Amino acid sequence: MKARLIQVAYAGRSIWAVLTALLCASVLFVIAGADPIQAYVTLFGEAFFDYFGFGATVVKFSPILLAGLAVALPLKAGLFNVGGEGQIYMGALFCTIAALFLPFLHPAIHLPLCIAAGALGGAFWAFIAGWLKAYRGINEVIVTLLLNYVGINLVSYAAGGPLMEEGAPYPYSPEVPTALHLPYILPPTDAHAGAPAGLVLALCLALLMRYTTFGFAMTIVGNNAQAARYAGISVEHQILYAMSLGGALAGLAGAFEILGLKYRLFHMFSAGYGFDGIVVAFIASANLAFLPIAALFLAGLRAGAQLMQRAVGVDSTIVDAIQGLVVMFVAASLALRFSDSRWGRAAAQRRADEALAGSKELKHG
Amino acid sequence: MVEWLDASLITDMLRSSLRLMIPIGYAAMGGVLCERSGVYNMGLEGMLLAGAFGGALGTFLTGSPMGGLLVGILLGMSGAIALGVLAVLFSVNQIVCGIAINLVVIGLTAFFARLIFGLDATTQTLPGFSAMAIPLLSQIPIVGPVLFNQDPLVYLMYAVCPFLYWLLYRSEFGLQIRATGENPAAADTAGVPVFRIRFMCVLLSGALAGIGGAYIVLSQVFVFTEHMSAGKGFIALAAIILGRWDPIGSVMASWFFGFCEALQLRLQFANPEVPYQFFTALPYVASILALIGVYGRFKPPAAVGIPYRRESKA
Repeated sequence: MKARLIQVAYAGRSIWAVLTALLCASVLFVIAGADPIQAYVTLFGEAFFDYFGFGATVVKFSPILLAGLAVALPLKAGLFNVGGEGQIYMGALFCTIAALFLPFLHPAIHLPLCIAAGALGGAFWAFIAGWLKAYRGINEVIVTLLLNYVGINLVSYAAGGPLMEEGAPYPYSPEVPTALHLPYILPPTDAHAGAPAGLVLALCLALLMRYTTFGFAMTIVGNNAQAARYAGISVEHQILYAMSLGGALAGLAGAFEILGLKYRLFHMFSAGYGFDGIVVAFIASANLAFLPIAALFLAGLRAGAQLMQRAVGVDSTIVDAIQGLVVMFVAASLALRFSDSRWGRAAAQRRADEALAGSKELKHG
Repeated sequence: MVEWLDASLITDMLRSSLRLMIPIGYAAMGGVLCERSGVYNMGLEGMLLAGAFGGALGTFLTGSPMGGLLVGILLGMSGAIALGVLAVLFSVNQIVCGIAINLVVIGLTAFFARLIFGLDATTQTLPGFSAMAIPLLSQIPIVGPVLFNQDPLVYLMYAVCPFLYWLLYRSEFGLQIRATGENPAAADTAGVPVFRIRFMCVLLSGALAGIGGAYIVLSQVFVFTEHMSAGKGFIALAAIILGRWDPIGSVMASWFFGFCEALQLRLQFANPEVPYQFFTALPYVASILALIGVYGRFKPPAAVGIPYRRESKA
């Protein structure tokens, strides 16, 4: 019984990590001269229990969730895609180009094309890293991180150069046609259809990974590439699929930002959502079903921070600090392995005993 | 094209490329040590940033760049302690730890920078190190001004790099480091304290990255800005590979990346008609291309990335 209880507590270790981080961050609030309880009440109250505040949360939920999926999915295949930020930028770039330069089409065709272009842009950027990993054995962490900077510069160039609106005071593109804007879901807030779309995608991907051979193959590659190779799975192809799919998801985040919120390609438009995605994937320990919950939490933290800054007077960069602490504690929680602990061994022993007793019963019965 | 052959221009380019490579060079040397002992240090970027923050903080508090350097080293090492405890002692995935360190440093430095330096932090500059010409040596044409008219931290690197080479290849400690990085189980059996060696290497790499970060503040820009390490830690990771996991090689590779950065600045200045983004992306593209170029030719330490655990108790 006690072992079971501890097992449950262990399964929820991300929650403990988040709570510990919030507790530590309350020290930061005190250092900054604010009452942490009041700050947290304002922060989460505004983010989740206020209509407009919740709208702001949902606005951030969509890119954070998609960026989180972009990290969690390749992680299933054992790959660290830390290039979400660059892939978001490339997705936005491709999407904007499709929205502005495709000949006139009916919006029902044009909009999906723009979204697909965004996914393609992100997938392309991640594919580079995937290909280099699969066929050249080059560490994907370094390549995706470096590609972030290249992607951001590329968009900065595009928004200030060939795509720049004439006479614009600073680098941004012309507005995408109104017919291509994503519908609002919580008027009059800015929350757009990107959020439910992301949710549906998360669900589909969770099912895909759990119930299809494709997902199974990817998980095997992640768990033991050698075994996968012996089983006849092409590890190289799985790496390419995993990275491209991850990149496509981040690209979607970029496309939704353009079509749902900004309507123009700005330079430096993403508020570090690619990195938020890493945090979210950490919290959900790459579990696709938990990812939306983690993303909602982080989106609330980000949206609430701005309101909290006005009310309590603590700089909203405290959220970056909280995020960092959460990641640190989640990483630390990985040090505790249930199967290694005394309780884990006890539970394993009991299962073995029960199985033995069961087989004896079978024999005599 | 003729202007490129101008001696003073070449001197100037080499000199600024040496200055620009310093943060990358220190981080790469630390990373070499760390990876030779079998631990990936993806947290170099965070340790650089922590060092930069420490450099600004220490100088801000004590009024002296030496104080900044000291605090920079300490903060760089505190990031390393996190990596050491989690990745070495508790065998958490090393890449996960590194990424976590990067994020936690970005978050904490952004918060504390606002809190301590205030919003006008970017307007007031801190005191820093200035170039000190070495008599006689700095008179040698081209080589003199390039190598011997630099900041104290550059001179320190001239000492640290050969020292690390000696440490790694000529000392008993270095033999233990290399054994730990190639085959920790065998090293452990032979009585090498694997965990202690790895922990010390991680700690040293944090200190070196801390110096590199402090250099950015104390000798280059004299202010702290959020996320000012701007990927230099990741370029250092490329420099480690390009330098074949060797202290001298990695410094040479870092100089190449420093040269790319110097070239970038000069081209940006000389060719205003070309969009500057092509030039700012240059060091990152160069890093990726360098990684592709050396593919398959250099072998990493055999046990790098694999947490060492003694035979499990079960």
